[in-house]
Amino acid sequence: MERRDFLKNLCIAGASAVGVAAAGEAEAAHEKKEFVSVLVDTTRCIGCRNCEVACATENGLPIPDNKDKTVFDAIREMTPDQWTVVNRFDTDNGEIFVKKQCMHCNQAACSTACLTQAMYKTENGPVIWRANKCMGCRFCMVSCPFVVPKFEYHSANPKIQKCILCYERLEDGGIPACVESCPVDALQFGTRRDMVRIARNRVADFPERYIDHVYGENEVGGTGWLYLSEVPFDQIGFRDDLSHEPVPALTQEFLYAVPVVFLLWPAFLNGMRYMKTEDEEETQIAEIYNPGDES
Amino acid sequence: MSEFQASSSPQIVPMESDSTEPSSPQIGSIGDFLRFLLSEMKPKGKLITPFNVISSIIVAVGLVLIVIRFVYGIGAITNLDQENPWGIWIGFDVVTGVAMAGGAYVMTFIVYILGRKRYHSIVRSVVLNGFLAYLFYAGALMLDLGRPWNIINPIIGNNFGVSSVLFLVAWHFMLYMAAELIEFSPAIAEWLGMKKLRKVLGGLTIASVIFGITLSTLHQSGLGALFLMAESKIHPLWYTEFIPVLFLVSSVFAGLSMVILEGSLSHKVFADRLSKDLHHHHDDITIGLGKICAGAMFVYFFLKVLVLIHGQQWDLLMTGWGAWFLVEFIGFVLIPLALFYRAVQEENVKMVKVAAALALTGIILNRINISVIAFNWFAENPYTPHWAEYWVTATIICLEIWALRWIVNRMPVLGDPPAWARDMDH
Ligand code: SF4
Ligand code: SF4
Repeated sequence: MERRDFLKNLCIAGASAVGVAAAGEAEAAHEKKEFVSVLVDTTRCIGCRNCEVACATENGLPIPDNKDKTVFDAIREMTPDQWTVVNRFDTDNGEIFVKKQCMHCNQAACSTACLTQAMYKTENGPVIWRANKCMGCRFCMVSCPFVVPKFEYHSANPKIQKCILCYERLEDGGIPACVESCPVDALQFGTRRDMVRIARNRVADFPERYIDHVYGENEVGGTGWLYLSEVPFDQIGFRDDLSHEPVPALTQEFLYAVPVVFLLWPAFLNGMRYMKTEDEEETQIAEIYNPGDES
Repeated sequence: MSEFQASSSPQIVPMESDSTEPSSPQIGSIGDFLRFLLSEMKPKGKLITPFNVISSIIVAVGLVLIVIRFVYGIGAITNLDQENPWGIWIGFDVVTGVAMAGGAYVMTFIVYILGRKRYHSIVRSVVLNGFLAYLFYAGALMLDLGRPWNIINPIIGNNFGVSSVLFLVAWHFMLYMAAELIEFSPAIAEWLGMKKLRKVLGGLTIASVIFGITLSTLHQSGLGALFLMAESKIHPLWYTEFIPVLFLVSSVFAGLSMVILEGSLSHKVFADRLSKDLHHHHDDITIGLGKICAGAMFVYFFLKVLVLIHGQQWDLLMTGWGAWFLVEFIGFVLIPLALFYRAVQEENVKMVKVAAALALTGIILNRINISVIAFNWFAENPYTPHWAEYWVTATIICLEIWALRWIVNRMPVLGDPPAWARDMDH
């Protein structure tokens, strides 16, 4: 661990003046360790919103009143002080309840975007946010394909707020508070490999109950949260036009080009300076002004 | 060193005694220096002018708004929301401002790398304009940062988010500002009459030019690369993997168009500060710049067409968004391109300026489209800026103009450097 950090810092020190590199390697190293995952079976969810209450309690947020059923009248988004929301969708198959929160992407756009590593993909999979590092640029919000990170616009000391997958509970060997609170096992926690397998098995075993699509298995390169559904996902508030390519891959080529440009461009420019043919006429006009050129 | 000593003689007997010849102060001690600075602090010229009155009001109100922003949060004076985290402070001030400040790296390339000395008389003012634009517009970024005190983290290496394009852009901003300051610094030394310093700084010019051009290449395109990860949010007519290239190419003519317009403006405003050389060649220079703009714009136009063909989104052109796209593409790319060509052929200075104005409008449109208008184009409640967002932007512009005016009226920017400095370079 220490050795790796040392090497990493060395690389960073070397590359920083130049620009950027080695992003892909770090991501690849992460992949080796198995990420945790939550499987959401929307066919089981009864819309009790216990998870909302559990989340708020765990994270010290204002506790919502889950007896109040009128909240379902409108589709709600997460807010800075509500990291997860359950929405009701009226579909071809009747009412479906869907819990929503940060997807904890395998290759998280938010953490790639973050220039201070405040938004951080941990080795186990949760994407966390660290107040002492964040400078509030909101590039994470621009980059997140699921519009998850929320910003406190009305605070002099604003924070980025989003689900952190009960990171500390997991460290202590626990499971996320929402998963624990679910009375009908609509939420299931485990390694990502296991959750994908369980999801796939359910689709195979009950083809009449599920559509053949595990949301999050491939979207944006795979996400930590996986969803099963009986109707196409665009009917229950998901974007089904997202690419299977990880979002960070979109800037990778550019970032790889940076050190190359940085090494070659100055040499090229300098060479050009000597190759320029002396344009007589031009030289006459203002030769006196070329500072530092000849000495 | 011998050169340096020899150079002091012509200074005693000024060769030309016209008004553009700046007098160098004699500074022997820190006390002299402070006294000189203090005397230079005094405004020159009339205080009560329409511009001064209006800009003072704008700045006064703007400062109040900025205080409100820091006490009550960004939401107090902006209409930003969770879907639209970046508004015009980023989309206009930073993203557009930096493109329009691209003239500095293009001009230094033309003069110092290609050796086109015809343009030498404007390099200083262009570099100064570029530096101030970065200082103020990129500085405006601080207003938009929710937790600006943590900006220290990526700077001191507490946490390097090296996979972040924004990290790259932020660092390049800082380094580039330093490079531009070095490029401009001989003028400061001349103003202070510090000959030794002037000699040292003059020697750094080429290195900082090369460094600066490299940085500019990367961060002009990097600003575009910021939006690459927002693929799912930007309208497909504007989103392309070639955004970085388009940003880079368009910064060439955006920067030069700005130079053309700024040049003709300062030609009028600072008429008494102009060097003879600049005065005589001003029209030539404008035409020459128009020629380069025409070339760069042609490349840009060509790339845009390629991207359009590549994307095969003809059906999208038939929508409302398509119409808006065509306004930008035809009205503010194709037409200024054609105008530049004609103007250069007819050597029509006026037409060059019109083309430059249209091209600049096109750049503003393009940057704002990508960062604001076509960003979250499907949103039910699109973001429209709060009046205070415009006001703060105007405040920043006024402050920049004040700084520019202060410097131009004191240092040899538009006029000739003092004779001793010219000899030094010879
Ligand atoms: S859903 Fe958004 S915030 Fe959550 S990990 Fe993915 S990119 Fe980051
Ligand atoms: S707002 Fe904070 S967490 Fe988000 S990208 Fe910026 S520094 Fe990182």
